[in-house]
Amino acid sequence: MQTLDVLEQPILDLTWIDLTVAVGLVLISIGVSCWHRTGLARSFAVGALRTVLQLTLVGYLLVYIFAIDRWYLVVAILLLMLAVASKAAVDRQDAKTPGLFGITGVALLLGSGLTLIYVSIMVVHVDPWYNPRYLIPLFGMILGNAMNAATLAADRLAGEMETRHTEVEAYLALGASSVRAAREPVRRALRASMIPTVNALMVVGIVSLPGMMTGQIIAGADPLLAIRYQIVVMFMLGSAVALASVIVVLGYRRTFFTAAEQLRAKDV
Amino acid sequence: MLQNVDITIPRHVITVLCGPSGGGKTSLLRLLNRLDDPVQGDILLDGRPIVEYVVTELRHRVALVFQTPVMFPGTVLDNLAVAAELAGVQDDQFDRLASQVMLLAELEPSLLERPGDELSVGQKQRVNLARALMTSPEVLLLDEPTSALDPKTARALMKTIGSLSEVRRLTIIVATHRVSEARQYAHHAVVVQEGRVIDSGDAARVLSRLPDPDDASL
Repeated sequence: MQTLDVLEQPILDLTWIDLTVAVGLVLISIGVSCWHRTGLARSFAVGALRTVLQLTLVGYLLVYIFAIDRWYLVVAILLLMLAVASKAAVDRQDAKTPGLFGITGVALLLGSGLTLIYVSIMVVHVDPWYNPRYLIPLFGMILGNAMNAATLAADRLAGEMETRHTEVEAYLALGASSVRAAREPVRRALRASMIPTVNALMVVGIVSLPGMMTGQIIAGADPLLAIRYQIVVMFMLGSAVALASVIVVLGYRRTFFTAAEQLRAKDV
Repeated sequence: MLQNVDITIPRHVITVLCGPSGGGKTSLLRLLNRLDDPVQGDILLDGRPIVEYVVTELRHRVALVFQTPVMFPGTVLDNLAVAAELAGVQDDQFDRLASQVMLLAELEPSLLERPGDELSVGQKQRVNLARALMTSPEVLLLDEPTSALDPKTARALMKTIGSLSEVRRLTIIVATHRVSEARQYAHHAVVVQEGRVIDSGDAARVLSRLPDPDDASL
């Protein structure tokens, strides 16, 4: 069987020399940036350097964590990832609202945490429950997508509240609660944050071959098993994105209103 | 910024808040609807501070129509339905009430199915008025209702507002900088300038002291 022969081939090793050759690809990006003066050449160089450093560090860290095999270490890593993601999501916002870090942290904790628990216990049956080989990569994927969604949702909500403040205030003036008055901005913010995930679900396997699936296949996994994992990943991303978006939007919405159902002056 | 404002608004008549743009008329209306709260002092309704009312219920009783009409998404009917939903109007009463407010705002029933964004500014202002009436307010606050309208449409709208006061016995407070227009319908007048009330009382008396005819340079 041709397929089985391919699967039984050893994985091609990647040496540091091979990686040095791959730097040529970065040079192409830098070259294009210089050619059209996009101002991104330096960012590409710094980004490439950070990629090497960060991933190398993470690689050694994972080797260490896998070797130590302690649940509290895994949980600590997950919480650290969560804190960094929350800060990154807030830093990308134009409006610096007090409390947004907390709101985003709760949204990512619940959105990503609940999804991870569901997937690891109910679907993948991870054993032991804290097995870092599964939990850390799964949480990384979930968190990255939830973070992007939370950023998009918060940013869009702030924009909608600004552009629609007269409409929101007209609802309030008629006796609407702040929840009712902000219904349209909330709806639009949620749509904006979830559409990329919906699009990804629509085209996966046709337009894009996701990284996890391709990684598993290159690492020698059965393509059908890789696909099953990828299906789970796509579903869990949908769940994490929806939960994180809705929590961040509902939490963030409250900051635009006073207890007396008035728009806060800073937002008008 | 309003300062040292001490006024009493009579019931069931039209009161005008006159004064130049930026003088504090809109700020005063926003305080009455509790879109803003005063830093100091009280605003009383039926002898009770308005902060003691549930704010959403207060806004049903004291409705505000903005200077620039704001249409909610959908048709005129959808706009009225939003107000009805907020005021807790029963489904079986909606049609009757919608027809009534369309009549009061002098809007053609055929407009009910028209998308709000297809209306003229004058029609939008009337729909905003009708929408506010759907909550059956006791007090109607109108912020420069004619400022975006041509003179003919403005006169017609003010005639409508005048008849609302008589037919529904509403307490109406109109912010305007058009003194000559205010003289035609106001019973009571308050002159607000640079955040202070400089005169108030019977409209004929108060408005006769103001430059005539002068809308912009008051």
